[in-house]
Amino acid sequence: MTTAPLSARGVRKRYRDTRALDGLDLEVAAGTVHALLGPNGAGKSTAVNVFATLTRPDAGEVLVGGHDAVRHPARVRSMIGLVGQSAALDEALHGRENLVMFGRLHGLSKTDAVRRSAELLDAFGLVEAGDRKVSGYSGGMRRRLDIAAGLVIRPRILFLDEPTTGLDPRARHEVQELVRRVVADGTTVLLTTQYLDEADQLADRVTVLGAGRVIAEGTPSSLKSDLGGDRVIITAAEPDDLDKMAGALGAAATVDLDRLEVTVEAGASGGGAAVVDVVRTLDSAGITVDDVLLRRPTLDEVFLHLTAPHTEHQHEGAAR
Amino acid sequence: MTALSSTLRQTWVITLRDLKHWQREPWGPVFGVLFSIMMLLIFGFLFGGAIEMPGGGTYLPYLLPGVLALTMMFGVDGIMAVVTEDTKRGVTNRFRSLPMSSVAVPLGRAVADLGNSAVQLAVLMIGGLLIGWRIEGSFLEAAAAVGLLLWLRLAMLWLGIFLGLTLRMEGALTMVQVLVWPLGFCSSLFVSPETMPGWLGFLAAWNPVSATATAARDLFGNPTGITSGLLADHAMLLALAWPAVLLAIFVPLSMRAFRRLG
Repeated sequence: MTTAPLSARGVRKRYRDTRALDGLDLEVAAGTVHALLGPNGAGKSTAVNVFATLTRPDAGEVLVGGHDAVRHPARVRSMIGLVGQSAALDEALHGRENLVMFGRLHGLSKTDAVRRSAELLDAFGLVEAGDRKVSGYSGGMRRRLDIAAGLVIRPRILFLDEPTTGLDPRARHEVQELVRRVVADGTTVLLTTQYLDEADQLADRVTVLGAGRVIAEGTPSSLKSDLGGDRVIITAAEPDDLDKMAGALGAAATVDLDRLEVTVEAGASGGGAAVVDVVRTLDSAGITVDDVLLRRPTLDEVFLHLTAPHTEHQHEGAAR
Repeated sequence: MTALSSTLRQTWVITLRDLKHWQREPWGPVFGVLFSIMMLLIFGFLFGGAIEMPGGGTYLPYLLPGVLALTMMFGVDGIMAVVTEDTKRGVTNRFRSLPMSSVAVPLGRAVADLGNSAVQLAVLMIGGLLIGWRIEGSFLEAAAAVGLLLWLRLAMLWLGIFLGLTLRMEGALTMVQVLVWPLGFCSSLFVSPETMPGWLGFLAAWNPVSATATAARDLFGNPTGITSGLLADHAMLLALAWPAVLLAIFVPLSMRAFRRLG
């Protein structure tokens, strides 16, 4: 059995009076994209900095590829790639020179660093730009080069801290495509993001952070179904039908008189089954309806719900 | 590969990076040397006539080694600026995430800067010769004077690296750029400490840069403006010792600050 690329237990980090990480547990499986999702200040970047040996945790254990990040930081550094929030590039150097420099500092020989840089420029669509100064690059190109710099060695795990923040939609899309390719090549990725759709599209697993703790974890779809729940919304044809409908549908129904709507929370069996149930029940009760709508929660709703301040959330199957 | 040889290799990679910077964007060092030439002309010709020299001698030969030492002092804010920039951009954090020695980045920068400083010294000395400054000492003595000036520069660089890594508030760089001036003037660089009020002259004589300037004047065979006291007797020793003390303090502190940045 291979060791997990990243395994963290009970990680705590305090900065003066803020608890940036408050007992974080995280396990990233090989070959997957794992997203750390959370608002600003949730502890995402601190977590990445601890995993990448930049910040020493106050307590807890971090194993990267089986190596302890506190006791053996040098071993950990030799097998990770870090792409921080701002493009950490030398503006006066050419794109290629940046990659060669970081490759050599990673311990590659000059020949290997040059070869690897050429491969990466090619793979990331930067061959032409490679021999120009980075100061002339667009935001998207910078980001691509920045990610390439995190891949000069083939890292066991690549940390991407908010890789698409501040990019325009097109560049964002490009970077997301790139991440998919990187993973397809076998690299494990831990990315942080504030964007739910990004986590939804890219990640195999999502960990939602709030105030330095894990508040939910799962696949994007399981998070949605566990935490939000589907709803069936039935619009009545006649106002008089509302009461009859509510009576027929039972306790799960709530009535909205103004909009002539009855909402039914779908249970564990999911939205599809609930629609069939509702239609059957209403049909056998002889009630005609104007419209039936199935509404799935977006990850946004899930996210807002989970990270709402001053609320404790304990959802079965979600909280660890 | 041994730890030492990989540290040296990493240092060299960083040195090459900085040399490439100056090759691509030479305006920083060029303006630096132009600024020193301006100081030389302002003090040499505008103020110089009014300045009296204890122990005799004319002002220009006294001034030139002082301007050389002042130029070495500018290493503090010069390197602080690049360290701050790297940290702001996240480049420092990327270095910190690499399996490299904590000393390689600052050392590489310092080596590159010493090359740049040697060129600046050469330009200023040639400029000085053109306006009437003379080296009265031997070639070896002159070379030793340049060596002492670079030794001071090295200490200033590590001080600047430390400040760049630790002073993270907005405006820290400006503060240091401003502070260089009173610290530079309160020394033997422009006028002899013997012309100052007693307590101030005492401080000025104990300023590390005074030792280097006085020792360089001695070696170049220029007037030192110093007739008695510790500087008159032991300038050379002090010019070796002061930078050594500063390095012994700021090299370890900088390495610690580099690792603790997060």
